[in-house]
Amino acid sequence: MTDTSAASLPGGSPMAESLSPTVDAPLTTVDGTPLREALHKAERQKRWRAFLLVVPLLLFVLITFVTPIAKLLQQSIYNDDFSSNMPNLSQWFVENPDSFGVPQDEAAFEALVLDLQTARENRTQGQIGTRVNYDLSGSRSLFTKSARRAARIEAPYREAILDLDKRWGEDDLWGVMRRASSAYSSSFYLKSLDLAQTPDGEIYQVDKKQQIYVDLFWRTVWMSALITGLCLLLAFPIAHMLATLPLRYSNLLMIMVLLPFWTSLLVRTTSWIALLQSQGVLNDLFVSLGLIGTEGVLTGMLDSLGMADREGRIPLMYNQAGTIIAMTHILLPFMVLPLYSVMKTIPPTYMRAARSLGATQFTAFNKIYFPQTVPGIGAGALLVFILAMGYYITPALVGGAKGTLISNIIAEAMLNWYNWSLAAALGALLLAGVLVLYWLYDRIVGIDNMKLG
Amino acid sequence: MSGATDAFVRFENVQKSYDGETLVVKDLNVDIPEGEFLTMLGPSGSGKTTSLMMLAGFEPATHGEIYLDGESINNVPPNKRGIGMVFQNYALFPHMTVAENLAFPLKVRKTGAAEIEEKVQRALDMVELGSFGGRRPAQLSGGQQQRVAVARALVFDPRLILMDEPLGALDKQLREQMQYEIKHIHENLGVTVVYVTHDQAEALTMSDRIAVFEDGIIQQLSTPDALYERPENSFVAQFIGENNKLSGTVREVKGKTCTVELDGGGTVKALAVNVEGVGSRTTLSLRPERVEIAPAKGAVQNQLTGEIRELIYLGDHIRTRMAVSGNEDFIVKVPNSAGNVPLAEGAKVKVGWEAGDCRALDPLAV
Repeated sequence: MTDTSAASLPGGSPMAESLSPTVDAPLTTVDGTPLREALHKAERQKRWRAFLLVVPLLLFVLITFVTPIAKLLQQSIYNDDFSSNMPNLSQWFVENPDSFGVPQDEAAFEALVLDLQTARENRTQGQIGTRVNYDLSGSRSLFTKSARRAARIEAPYREAILDLDKRWGEDDLWGVMRRASSAYSSSFYLKSLDLAQTPDGEIYQVDKKQQIYVDLFWRTVWMSALITGLCLLLAFPIAHMLATLPLRYSNLLMIMVLLPFWTSLLVRTTSWIALLQSQGVLNDLFVSLGLIGTEGVLTGMLDSLGMADREGRIPLMYNQAGTIIAMTHILLPFMVLPLYSVMKTIPPTYMRAARSLGATQFTAFNKIYFPQTVPGIGAGALLVFILAMGYYITPALVGGAKGTLISNIIAEAMLNWYNWSLAAALGALLLAGVLVLYWLYDRIVGIDNMKLG
Repeated sequence: MSGATDAFVRFENVQKSYDGETLVVKDLNVDIPEGEFLTMLGPSGSGKTTSLMMLAGFEPATHGEIYLDGESINNVPPNKRGIGMVFQNYALFPHMTVAENLAFPLKVRKTGAAEIEEKVQRALDMVELGSFGGRRPAQLSGGQQQRVAVARALVFDPRLILMDEPLGALDKQLREQMQYEIKHIHENLGVTVVYVTHDQAEALTMSDRIAVFEDGIIQQLSTPDALYERPENSFVAQFIGENNKLSGTVREVKGKTCTVELDGGGTVKALAVNVEGVGSRTTLSLRPERVEIAPAKGAVQNQLTGEIRELIYLGDHIRTRMAVSGNEDFIVKVPNSAGNVPLAEGAKVKVGWEAGDCRALDPLAV
């Protein structure tokens, strides 16, 4: 190496020409190993050490976040309560794909009786019945009753079964059983969207009176949006004050903003109950001011708007108003903090510069200050909105029937209806909705534009 | 009281207090003629920036009147004053391009689109950033941002430009270059400029007149050369340029000169600029370049003996620190010319100066 370089110096052009094609060849270290490889080797240890530092968190996230979500998604389309406990009937459904409604085939009923007898022995009739009950209410008792008597049933099975309970002769039941005979089904998603299937598999919208989920999804979206908007309206001036006040005062104000964070969520929510209920602080205050109540000034007006109860008090709780008021308060810090952290970085000279250039106070705010707070607004709004979409405790406690959100029905499905698959499907739809919103946000505002702190 | 004078900008008995207990600006009276480049120079906390902010309209004057072109502007909001301003950290709007920044003052004035485009381009060309209109401020260097800020303050043709330490964030070389550019823009456009800085070299380079602020008061308002050559008090002498000070007591006043007996021994003659009379204390101010080393006998009026403490070789001259009459920091700039006496640390040499170069000013607390 030293030889060539020494020779090339005085040699000049001929040497340089002969060397020039090698310029494109990969660079090597002094001993001839390719540079890229050498770099890789030299930094391997460093990379490993960095990776090992991340491993605990990676495992934690994997175990506590990715796995449950995967499990949730799986559960929303997979339920083998019927298929695994009714193997013979399930097999018959596979072999006779064209039979819809009540089958004429004796074999189907033989399989049914056989499965019911096994179920009785294994005590799984309740599980099977519950699964069918998800799609056709009242079916659980049919299965427990039939299983109890299955041992005594003798051929011809079709007649015997139809004798036992005439519900076995309903097309709907057989349609539901056919769909449940496959462990994988879309029926939970359909139910989540207020849809159902006819016995021959056609999808239709359920009766208006039975529709709950789509309305609830929409209510969750618009109430979350309203709460986000209210949070923004309230947080913007506070954050601005926090960012511009002298440190002495802003610290105190900051503590007041953060105070709710240091109080239990349950305490905060129950204190809202004390404030909002019809014999609560707010209503009592309005009554004592003579505004509402049986002789209140505004009672007549409120009554005509349907906003007063029998005693002339305003129902602020166990309705949407309660949920909106309490959740706005609880989620407010999530809006204040990102806004504050962004506003803190906007020097006051920008406003002064705008004013000196001829802008009125309003124009300076509108064209100079406000656009610079957009990253904070975006971050805060996204945070509050996503939190609101999945909020549970507060709507459960103050929402009543009209003020509950989708999360409450998810909990209901899990805790009271034991329908984990439906809960999973609802949860998956909620997740998908949030992801779509996130994607929209990225398209419109840009995720890089977001500042969380 | 009326502002009916030829002064373009006029401060009349202006006072400012933030807390109601202390005055930040005490009785400010300045007349600035149209087209002048006036610098407010002073250490931080001297009231110069507050005065500028009152002129811009961001701080209300606690007392007194400010006139712009003969009209009192005390109750005129900043956006109606039509004053261009360059801020310390430029305050370029980060979410707008350079061209949008420049167009902003025109847009709020509802100027037509074609005219905006023309004026923006002209302003950008003026600061030699013609092709940078589409960039964001963050994509520009400090010097370029500075020029955009200047262009933005000028684009709507204001008759008065305020600059609040606009070059503070730049490195030395760029700062000097920008000083000349701003000066040339001022000369070419003929606008009135009020410039705030704490950098005396900057003030001396750029200004027509300099107002030296200290303690909320203008200590002296003069042209740069007068400020340096003829400081009227010890603060100005000390603040502008390098200064040797000698404390003493006035023994005799005769016409414009006085005789001062120095505390550290010796008697010298000086110009009686700011002395109260015989027997009063005084501080003498003497520029280092006016001191002669080893003068011929009788060549200058004042002669003292000093001891060389330190020699610093600076190429064109040798900076010599001496102990003269009790002052351990007596600086003499000895030109590096042939035939000079070789100097050595610890040597005792004679120093001398003319009485006219030595100004007897108010006593400084030592």
